[in-house]
Amino acid sequence: MKRARVAYAGAIHEATPHADGLRLADGRVLAEHDVVWLPPVARLGSIIALGLNYADHAKELAFGAQDEPLAFLKGPNTLIGHRGQTRRPHGVSFMHYECELAVVIGRRARRVKRADALAYVAGYTIANDYAIRDYLENYYRPNLRVKNRDGFTALGPWLVDAADVPDPGALALRTTVNGRVTQQGHTRDLITGVPELIEYLSSFMTLDAGDVILTGTPEGVIDVRPGDEVVCEIDGLGRLVNTIVGDEAFGR
Amino acid sequence: MLMNNPRTGADAARFEAPALGTVYGTLLNFKGALAALGDTVHQPPLKAPPQAPVLYIKPRNTIATDGADIVVPLGVDALEVGATLALVIGRTACRVSAANALDFVAGYAVANDVSVPHRPYYRPSMRFKCRDGFCPISTVVARERVANPDDLTIRVEIDGIEVQRGNTSQLIRSVARLLADVTEFMTLSPGDVLMVGVPEAAPLARAGQRVSLLIEGVGRLDNRLVAEGAAP
Repeated sequence: MKRARVAYAGAIHEATPHADGLRLADGRVLAEHDVVWLPPVARLGSIIALGLNYADHAKELAFGAQDEPLAFLKGPNTLIGHRGQTRRPHGVSFMHYECELAVVIGRRARRVKRADALAYVAGYTIANDYAIRDYLENYYRPNLRVKNRDGFTALGPWLVDAADVPDPGALALRTTVNGRVTQQGHTRDLITGVPELIEYLSSFMTLDAGDVILTGTPEGVIDVRPGDEVVCEIDGLGRLVNTIVGDEAFGR
Repeated sequence: MLMNNPRTGADAARFEAPALGTVYGTLLNFKGALAALGDTVHQPPLKAPPQAPVLYIKPRNTIATDGADIVVPLGVDALEVGATLALVIGRTACRVSAANALDFVAGYAVANDVSVPHRPYYRPSMRFKCRDGFCPISTVVARERVANPDDLTIRVEIDGIEVQRGNTSQLIRSVARLLADVTEFMTLSPGDVLMVGVPEAAPLARAGQRVSLLIEGVGRLDNRLVAEGAAP
């Protein structure tokens, strides 16, 4: 089952897919553009992201082998839903998207073994984890000014039940910018796969329902500019649309 | 967790602290802490002194209270005690100016940003700072009760003996300046916590020891370290 959270006519609703767009829980059927799409998980907890978790992307950024997964955290200020806008500040030279499989934890997980790990997953969605490389510094990488900016984690459109994704390691993903394919990958190429990530993280921290793991991005990141439409797609999960805007849209 | 602090007196009891949101930490914001890195800030992998505030997130599993035990993981000799002043945000803070930044602060608390000792600072593993219970935070005292957050003595005692002393007058970015620089690119919401930095020479503590953090006019935070797997 796929579920979204949308705002429509003064309230927040749960919605499911419909041939004409989406259907609110109260029965109203609406077109995709009629609603405001929110991140599909109401009470998100910790947002854990993986850096350099596809061998090709690590190579693209000139990184060698790693001793353990390179995980970092993002704050809820970064979250936006499907069809949201992300601001590119004036004067930066390299801002890029990152299409990622997002894993939503369904129940408390502590010291979980990889063989059992998928039982702790509520579902999956698509994340677009933006970064501005101009701001990269060498202290606590990736420093928050690069990735923890308002609106820099697009999430959605749907939360897809874990039962509908039997193998999170068998999903093709791709990004298009203005309709042109710029990024392609497959989750079988994850350096640390979903069960192993849950085992790794839960070995030192308790994961709880609503925590999200963004599993990293393959190669193919390019600079995006105001007006660009960035679409991240994952097989079976849907397509997450985001538009880059300039400072003007934010009154800056 | 954020009950009123009985140590701060009766009139503080009228203060309703917001529920905690996201907890952000700041690294290398004390002059002495940055100076202690010496020339390494110019060498690989750091290559240059920090420009923007050096920030990180303490996830929700780390948040703990006064009196909670802090678990020293198996195979770790001692934990680093990160004594810091914590700002608790009271109003949505986006692009605030330093001139009125303090208006966005609901109150102050004492926080212990516990770490497994680690170097370098380039890309530390989450294992070092994100373990369960690695961020005890005291009760919150209302902003009005702290005359000047940029002149507060921070002290650490281990088993009653003072092992560290610092003062927020030594911050590279003052409390207001830090809020302005952080909210330039990320919005802080009511209940979010911004820890302003840890003074140089953060002490180490071992299982069995009692760690007390004291900030004058703000409060104190007492936690005991216990070995992983030890009987409660």
